This record gives sequence, structure tokens and C-alpha cells, in this order.
Amino acid sequence: MLDTLLLSRIQFAANISFHILFPTITIALGWVLLFFRVRYNSTGDARWMEAYGFWVKVFALSFAMGVVSGITMSFQFGTNWPGFMEIVGNIAGPLLAYEIMTAFFLEAVFLGIMLFGFSRVPRWLHTSATFLVAFGTTMSTFWIIVLNSWMHTPQGFEMIDGVAHATDWWAIIFNPSMPYRFFHMMLASFLTVSFLIAGVSAFRWLIGGRTSGVRVAMRTAIFTAALLIPVQILVGDMHGLNTKEYQPAKVAAMEGVWETERGVPLLLFALPDEEARENNFEIGIPGLASFILTHEWDGEVKGLNEFVAEDGTPLHPRVAPVFWSFRVMVGTGMLMLLASWAAVFLMLRKRSDGMGRRGVEGLPKPFLFGLVAMTFSGWLATLAGWYTTEIGRQPWLVQGVMTTKEAVADVPPTMVLSSLIAYLAVYVILLGAYISVIFYLARRASRGQSIEPRLPQSEDAQVRVVPAE
Amino acid sequence: MYTFGDPTQWLPFVFAGLMGLSILIYVVLDGFDLGVGVLFPFADDEEKDAMIASIGPFWDANETWLVLAVGLLLVAFPSAHGEILTALYAPVAIMLIGLILRGVAFEFRVKAPAAYKRLWNNAFFIGSLMTSLSQGFMLGLYVMGLDWTLGHVAFACLTAVFLTVGYSFIGATWVIHKNSDALQLKAVDWAKGGIWGLILGVGAVSLATPYVSPRIFEKWFDFPQVLWLAPLPVVSGLLIVWLWTMLRRMPFANDHWNWLPFVAATLLWTTAYGGMAYSFYPYVVPEKITIYEAASAPESLFIILIGSLFVLPAIVGYTLLSYWIFRGKAHELRYD
Ligand code: HDD
Ligand code: HEM
Ligand code: HEM
Repeated sequence: MLDTLLLSRIQFAANISFHILFPTITIALGWVLLFFRVRYNSTGDARWMEAYGFWVKVFALSFAMGVVSGITMSFQFGTNWPGFMEIVGNIAGPLLAYEIMTAFFLEAVFLGIMLFGFSRVPRWLHTSATFLVAFGTTMSTFWIIVLNSWMHTPQGFEMIDGVAHATDWWAIIFNPSMPYRFFHMMLASFLTVSFLIAGVSAFRWLIGGRTSGVRVAMRTAIFTAALLIPVQILVGDMHGLNTKEYQPAKVAAMEGVWETERGVPLLLFALPDEEARENNFEIGIPGLASFILTHEWDGEVKGLNEFVAEDGTPLHPRVAPVFWSFRVMVGTGMLMLLASWAAVFLMLRKRSDGMGRRGVEGLPKPFLFGLVAMTFSGWLATLAGWYTTEIGRQPWLVQGVMTTKEAVADVPPTMVLSSLIAYLAVYVILLGAYISVIFYLARRASRGQSIEPRLPQSEDAQVRVVPAE
Repeated sequence: MYTFGDPTQWLPFVFAGLMGLSILIYVVLDGFDLGVGVLFPFADDEEKDAMIASIGPFWDANETWLVLAVGLLLVAFPSAHGEILTALYAPVAIMLIGLILRGVAFEFRVKAPAAYKRLWNNAFFIGSLMTSLSQGFMLGLYVMGLDWTLGHVAFACLTAVFLTVGYSFIGATWVIHKNSDALQLKAVDWAKGGIWGLILGVGAVSLATPYVSPRIFEKWFDFPQVLWLAPLPVVSGLLIVWLWTMLRRMPFANDHWNWLPFVAATLLWTTAYGGMAYSFYPYVVPEKITIYEAASAPESLFIILIGSLFVLPAIVGYTLLSYWIFRGKAHELRYD
């Protein structure tokens, strides 16, 4: 029952899922902060600084969470997956090394200057530090996505005595799925941050913190989201086409197609049954999946039954998790499209007195509640997307090169179980603390603007709020 | 291809050197900020804030040296990396959880509602303690050849305590440098207590290593070499005496030279570390795998080396910039 491989996989999935939450925020939030900072520099308008001041706190907190969970990630390779480095270390190694050298140090050092240096260094240096931090997080995304994409679409190497040796670094770095994955991830990060900012700003607005800083943050977030979500859908579609070419079994699982067919419907709902090798309760739009994947209504889509060994063992990933996580991601994306465009429409309406646009005032209360509910929708879509990608690659760890089983460490299962339980406990507590502290900061900021002038000093003691955790 | 000699010979050596260097930088830099965490319970609330301010801008970059060290182990010596880290599975997990707790506590203790500050202060202390203890434990077990026998575990428990006390010592010298008045005086006392951990730790490892391995014994006590190596223990001894006399005379007039104990402590770490590196060379897994056997393919190491020639000087440069920007006393540093 207790199996080191299974437990190690669960542990890896738990660790990376926890880690990715925070980079997803810091990658784009760094650039958003730079935007606030540069707007302040050029306009001298204090509301940009107010927005910067609030969001830099969220950034610092997210960054700390990202760093510590990232350190866990880098040890995982050795403690749980030693086979990975032994077989593909010649390729993964340099990529990870470049990430550490070109990204991690840059971020870490300039973060100190960005957070503490405001009054210690000249303005240009503080602005540059903000830039370098944002640039560093983007570099780290680039290198890690290169590695991850290479694991999906490996090329530029040869196998000598069972060990991969690099032959062409250009081909390794610019492997076929890298550009799609990189841009899709960057966009995912910007969307996650947009909805985070919109949600928290809506929350502040609802509890009465209607400052101009909240207003500009909200506007920035809504317009960014509305602009980027169509791009994301387009890139996602292209990403799918790329996957169809290189990992057809994954696409078959995503679409829930068992037999190779033409004119495949787009399934909105289905319960894939792995035993019977068919779907139950299908609801679909005829021909649409073929159209999306081949751009022809009766295009052919390979089915899962093509990926079964002679003896009947499936060579494709488990279908239900891939099928469903893909739908969660796309569904969230559609919701984001709806929400951000509706918000733009509401904010651009003329005011009833004809004096300009309604702006944030134009957003009705229920709509604001909706935005609050969507605060972490980006996390949901991102996790679902990664689950599609990664589970869809199984049983391969590096597509066609090595399986997950070959990489796993020979550690007693009880040991892995104990570390897994410990990590999970820590993660649950920290996630709770993180989310509640963000809303606590939002409440404190709103209070600060309205009541603080009359209640100097002990604001924390005066107002008892729902505790963190 | 062979203009610079055989790359399968010198590349592993260079990478072992780089890895050794980043471990050394790590134990000095994160050593002092972990030490500050270990000393936390001895400080009152205001002093805690001052102590955090003295490491706030640095800790993240300090920890990155650990990522680099384990990264170099992983990229340059893949098979050794698996061997070492699977053998150290449990202490690594404890260390990681410790690092998580203390890393997030930096932020939470000032951002969470005030009523929770105590809790996060405790998390900071416990996280630092877990990290230091498990690193000391790993050191001990590594020295003993990575075998989990009762005797070795007992030894590793000893080194766990010594390293923790050693970290708190270097942490105290950092506080002496970065803080003033009552807290500085307190830190002088902490340092006086902590120095014993360092002496015992360095002593225990120096005595145990040759005892565990006849190869190392020969390396240290064979005739011509012994003359060569004699300066190492002598220098360490002198450094300890110097530190002790300094600490007894602190605080100095006008607070001049308040950074000397930290520098002396760093030198002491470096000599002790140098001795250890000498003992273990050329092994990366003690007595089992040499750096030459474990090294990855030269073409991959080359790619990294070329990058590091450009990047490492830049890293050193902007790290120094940051220490320079945040030079002087820490108490004006404020951020929430
Ligand atoms: C805010 C986040 C977000 C949103 C709204 C979307 N995605 Fe996505 N998607 C991701 C976040 C993401 C991701 C987490 O970033 C993934 C995982 C791996 C990757 O590169 O991006 C991903 C993976 C991913 C894959 C799998 C690639 C593979 O096979 O490896 C496909 C086909 C799509 N996406 C397609 C879409 C489509 C058609 C969307 C239309 C609404 C969409 N995504 C919205
Ligand atoms: C870009 C860097 C990444 C690398 C190098 C990477 C590497 C790996 C490795 C080594 C495994 C094998 C272990 C296993 O099968 O469980 C794996 C599986 C997995 N990864 Fe990733 N991964 C990356 C990104 C992500 C992200 C961001 C997520 C999700 C948020 C993710 C989710 C998963 C999941 C859920 C599995 C388990 C699949 C399964 O076992 O069925 N991965 N990945
Ligand atoms: C197996 C995979 C991974 C490993 C080993 C890993 C490792 C790390 C480490 C060690 C750090 C801390 C750096 C520091 O000390 O400053 C970190 C941070 C970071 N990681 Fe990961 N990571 C992985 C997956 C990912 C993925 C999938 C992404 C995004 C697509 C990502 C993006 C980042 C970013 C942007 C940062 C810096 C910002 C932050 O800390 O929030 N990483 N990672």
C-alpha cells in the first residue's frame, strides 16, 4: 500500500503546487510595481506611490514564500529523484545553474534594496532595483520553463551509455514547446496578479477604503486583464496545437477522445471511465474539438486507444484528471474574459451628469463581490493548467527518454510519508496565514486612510479583527 | 580541445572549488543570520526588532548561496548529489521546514495582526534552530562517512549542538557590529558564551576526522606535510585568543572597530573549513566517490564555467553594493 514512488509523486506535486503559487504572483507583480513606480516618477502623483506602498508589501510576503518553497524544490531532486540528475543531469544541470546565477542572486540582492532602500538610495537606484527584481523573476521563469519544456519536447541531445549528453544547446533551449509555455505562463502570471489586485481593491472599496490609490490599482488591474485574456486564449490554443504535434496522447486525454475520429465534438461534460474505455454522460458541441485542434470541422483527432501496448497496458496518462483539470483552466479563463470585459464596459459608461466616465464608481456592489470571489482565480487556472501539462506527460518524466519510475529514490516509504505529512501541515497553515494577512493588510490600509488620523498609534490594539490563520 | 590540459582532470577540481567556496560563503553569511535567530529568545521585544533589522536586507541573498552550493553539487557531481541527499533525507527535510518557517516569519511578524507577533517570533526562533541543528547534524554524519550507526548519530548530535552554538557566536558578532548600546553589550556576552561552541566544534571535527579515516590521518600526520599544515591549527589558536581578548575589552571607545570580531570569526571559520576541505579532497562522498568519478560531462561543465566567469564577478559586485548601502547601524532600517 505504502509505495515510495506514489508518495514521492504526491510530495513532489504538493511541493511544486505550493511553490508555483507565489512565483505566479511575484513574476507579474514585480512589473506592475515598476509601472507604479515609473508613473510616480513621471507624474509625481501620490496615488501611484500609495498603490506602490500597499502592493510592495504583498510582493515582499509572496516573495518570501516563493523563496523558501523554492529552496525545498532544489533539494527535492537529490532527496527524492536522484535518477533524474543521473540520466539527464548534463542537460538539466546547466539550465538550473544559469537560473541560479542569472536570476536568483539578482532578485535576492536587489529585493533588499527595493524593500529597505527607499530612503537610503537615490530615486534612480530604487527604480532600477525594482526593475532588476522584476527582470530577475522573469529570467527565473525563462530558465525553469526551458527545462520543463525540454522535459516535454526533448531535443538537441544524444544518449551515450544511458546518459543524455547535450549536442546542441540552441536546440535544447529553444525546444518546440518552450515559446508557448513561456508566454502562456507569463500571461498566466499577469492575469493572476490582475485578478488579485482587482479582488483586493474591490474588497477595500466595499469596506470604505475608497482612496485614489485603490482607484488606480483597480483600473490598472481591470484593463490589464481585459487586454491580456484574449491573448492568453489565443496562446493557449496555439499551445494545444503544439501539444497535439508532440504529445498526442495528452491531447486525446484532454479532449476525452477514445477512438481516432473525424468531426470530434468538444465535450463540455463527461465522466471518462478508464475501465470500460469510454465516456459516460457526454455533453458536447459537435465538431468543435476537431475545429479547434485542426481548424477543420471534420479534422481527424487521434484517440487514446492508439496508445495502448500489445499486452493492453495503457501508454497514455490517466484520463479523468487531465480531462477535468483542462476544463477547470479553460472554464476559469472564460470566466475571466467575462468578468474583465464586463468591468471595462461598466467603468467606461458615461456618468449620468455627463461629466466623464464612471470609473470604479460604475461597478455595482454585486459585481464587486464577484471580483472579491475571483481574487485567487488565477491560482486555480494556473494549477489546473500545470496539472493538465504534468499529469498528461505521465508515465514519462522526460517524454520518450525516461519514466518517472526510473528517477525515484530508494528511500523507505515511511520516511517519505512523514516528510509529506510535515510539509502538508506547514503548507496548509502558511496558505491560511498568507491569505488572511493579505486581507488584513487591506483592512488596515483602509482603516489607515479613514480613521487613523483620529486614532494615532495603537491601531492594532484598538480594532480587533479576525486573526490571521 | 586540450589546450588547457585534460578537462576531465581540471574541471571537476574547479567545480569542487566553486562548490566549496559557496558552502563557505553560505556558512559565514547565513551562519550569522541563523545565529541571530537562535539568539532570539535572549532578547526583549524591542531588541528583537533591532536584530531583525540588522539582517533584513541580507538574509534572502545569504540563503541563495545554499541554493548555489546544492545547485553546483547537483550539476557538477550528479551521482554524489543523489547519494548524499538520500542518505541525509530526514535532516534535509527538517532543515527545509526550518528554513520555510524562519523565512516567512520575517514577513509575517510585521504584517500579521500584532497579537500574532509573538507566535511568528517563536516561528523565527524555532525555524532558525531547526535549520542550524540539522545542518550541524549533517556535517557530523558527513564527516563520519554518511552511515547511520549509533555512534555516528551520537557524534552528529554533538556537532549539531556545536554548529548551532557556533552560528550563534558569529550571529552575536554581527549584532555587535550592527547594533549599539545595551543590545551591543548583550551581544558581547552572547559572543563570549558562543565562542566555546566554536572551539569544541572545530576541535571535535578535527579530532574525529583522522580517527574515522586512516587516509586522512596520514594526510595530516605524514612528515613533510605536517610542517606545511602546522600553520592551520596555529592560526586558529591565535584567532581564538585574539577574539577572546577583544571581546573582553568591548565595547571599544567610540564604537570604533566594532566589526573586528565578525571579521575574526569569519577568518576562524575559513581556516577550520580549509582544514576540512584538505582532509576530504579528492572525495565528495567521503571515502566512496571522488570528484573525478562523480563529475558530469565536461561539455556541460564547460557551459556553466563560461557563464560563471561573467556572472560570479557581477554577483560579488552587487552583493558588496548592497552591504555598502546598508552599512552602519541597523536601527534606522524600518519597514513593515
Ligand atoms: C491564469 C492562468 C491560465 C488561463 C486563464 C489559461 N491557462 Fe492554459 N495553462 C496555464 C495557465 C492558464 C499554465 C498554468 O500556465 C499552463 C501549464 C503549463 C504552461 O505552460 O501553462 C497551462 C497549460 C495549457 C495547456 C497545456 C499545454 C501542454 O500540453 O503542455 C493548454 C493546451 C492550454 N493551457 C490552453 C489554454 C486555453 C485554450 C485557455 C483558454 C481559456 C487557457 N489555457 C487559459
Ligand atoms: C518548471 C519546472 C518543473 C519541473 C522541472 C517539473 C518536474 C517534474 C518532475 C520531476 C515530476 C515527476 C514527479 C512526479 O511524477 O510526480 C513532475 C510531476 C508533476 N508535476 Fe511538474 N515540474 C515542473 C513544474 C510543475 C508545476 C508548476 C506544477 C503545478 C503547479 C507541476 C505539477 C506536477 C504534478 C501534479 C506532477 C505529478 C504528475 C503525476 O505524478 O501524475 N509541475 N514534474
Ligand atoms: C522543479 C522546479 C523548480 C525549482 C527547483 C525551483 C527552485 C527555486 C528556488 C530555489 C527559488 C528561490 C530563489 C531564491 O533564493 O531567491 C525559486 C524562486 C522562484 N521560482 Fe522556482 N523552482 C521551480 C519551479 C518553478 C516554476 C515552475 C516557476 C514558474 C514558472 C518558477 C519560478 C520562480 C520564480 C519567478 C522565483 C523567484 C520569485 C519568488 O521567489 O517568488 N519556479 N525557485
